Amino acid sequence: MRTENQKAWFFVLPVLALVAFNALVPMMTVVNYSVQETFGNNQFFWEGLGWFEQILRSDRFQAALGRQFLFTTLILMIEVPLGIIVALSMPRKGFWVPVCLVLMALPMLIPWNVVGSMWNIFTLPKIGLLGYFLNDVLGINYDMTQQPLSAWITIVVMDVWHWTSLVVLLCYAGLVSIPDAYYQAAKIDGASPWSVFRYIQLPKMKTVLTIAVLLRFMDSFNIYTEPFVLTGGGPGNSTTLLSIDLMKIALGQFDLGPAAAMSLIYFAITLLVSWVFYTLMTKDDAQ
Amino acid sequence: MKKRSLIPILYIAFLMLPIYWLVAMSFKTTNEILSGFSLFPQTFTLENYIAIFTDPTWYWGYINSITYVTINTVLSVCVALPAAYAFSRYRFLGDKQLFFWLLTNRMAPAAVFALPFFQLYSSIGLFDTYLAVALAHTLFNVPLAVWILEGFMRGIPKELDETAYVDGYSFPRFFVTIFLPNIKAGVGVAAFFCFMFSWVEMLLAKTLTAVEAKPIAAVMTRTASSAGYELGLLAAAGTLTIIPGAIVIWFVRNYIARGFAMGRV
Repeated sequence: MRTENQKAWFFVLPVLALVAFNALVPMMTVVNYSVQETFGNNQFFWEGLGWFEQILRSDRFQAALGRQFLFTTLILMIEVPLGIIVALSMPRKGFWVPVCLVLMALPMLIPWNVVGSMWNIFTLPKIGLLGYFLNDVLGINYDMTQQPLSAWITIVVMDVWHWTSLVVLLCYAGLVSIPDAYYQAAKIDGASPWSVFRYIQLPKMKTVLTIAVLLRFMDSFNIYTEPFVLTGGGPGNSTTLLSIDLMKIALGQFDLGPAAAMSLIYFAITLLVSWVFYTLMTKDDAQ
Repeated sequence: MKKRSLIPILYIAFLMLPIYWLVAMSFKTTNEILSGFSLFPQTFTLENYIAIFTDPTWYWGYINSITYVTINTVLSVCVALPAAYAFSRYRFLGDKQLFFWLLTNRMAPAAVFALPFFQLYSSIGLFDTYLAVALAHTLFNVPLAVWILEGFMRGIPKELDETAYVDGYSFPRFFVTIFLPNIKAGVGVAAFFCFMFSWVEMLLAKTLTAVEAKPIAAVMTRTASSAGYELGLLAAAGTLTIIPGAIVIWFVRNYIARGFAMGRV
């Protein structure tokens, strides 16, 4: 059991100082900008909640938010089941386990804009392996820079390529912690593979699966670099996700007020949805 | 059994295809790349790699990246160790709230912080230094390190601490000579994840640097746009960024899967 000790605060102090410096100061800057209007020369005027209202009502923000939710939903619906399937079919012990783990973890350690460039090279028509295969071998008209649908499929497949392994590794960690005795008992009882999965493996994976879903939600909702490098938000605005739109407003147009208001709305949505996921997925434990 | 192993094999093949293509491109000449499709490099060349290793702007990019990633990893793990110890051993006023608040920083979109970070680090004169990027990356790495280490530390029975105190160990001596060796797997995993997220993050690293501390990936984008479209060079640079990650994974291969699994939800 953990004991009550207020002096433990001293242990936490370095972390607190560092994160407070990094999180609170920038957050105050953002809040400060979000309620003011500026015409340059460091002159600011009180704007109240005007920017928030303007952002929330603008078609542009709503469209970007819609695209973001569509992207994140697709990602979760593909990566989580796929990750579970791959984890279930992986060998439990032997020579191939570390080899599999290393190969699977590799995409996660590639810098994000290299991932974007890599997929760009991979999907170029005529030059790239995938682009050549689809266009010249299968005869499918595929060009990511012209067709919104191709661009969407490409960024989704790219993210599946990039991050499914995280779900695999986490589920695998949950699976190897199941003692053999459980499987033997299931075998004696004549349990079907489905009931083994439903009543033995799934409950054991629940904790790690919660982490996987939360991390995949946060990271896919905040995604910026990979689609930016690959499509730049195009063709048109078809793949302009929230972060890309935010960077366009903040650093492209330098509209500090709207950008700051949008940042806060964005952050609030991320927090809210994460909290909902967390509460739903841990509800049974609390009872 | 045979049928089951087909799924991981297909999955790994899918993962390796784009990587293979990047590596194959890096050994091709620009002429070959532009003249048409070829599955294997026809005229095998190392000129892309030679170009990178003889040009200081290229190889300094690697040195810069590795420097700030190392500073960040050491810093994150060092401040996270005592905090994780406190969270795993004691209850104190506001501990749950503080833990949750730390994790919320992991949820913050990097795009939200790009501009304020630029202003903050410019105003304290750290802009374009290794320290700026290393400090900025602690925003999401410190919470993660605390989370992972706390999970590992909770697995160590409290009797260990008490026995050490009875034997007359002071706290610092106990922590370094007895406690740390017991959680060295946890320290390894935490360091691995700090390394990983600092190495792959580009938005903040790019925003906070101009010349002196420019990360390799930022050098890549600039070169790609200024020198026309040198795909071979780009591919070679990309291939080289995969190597440090691959080395680090190999060292922690037996612990990667455990890393997150030990953390509390």
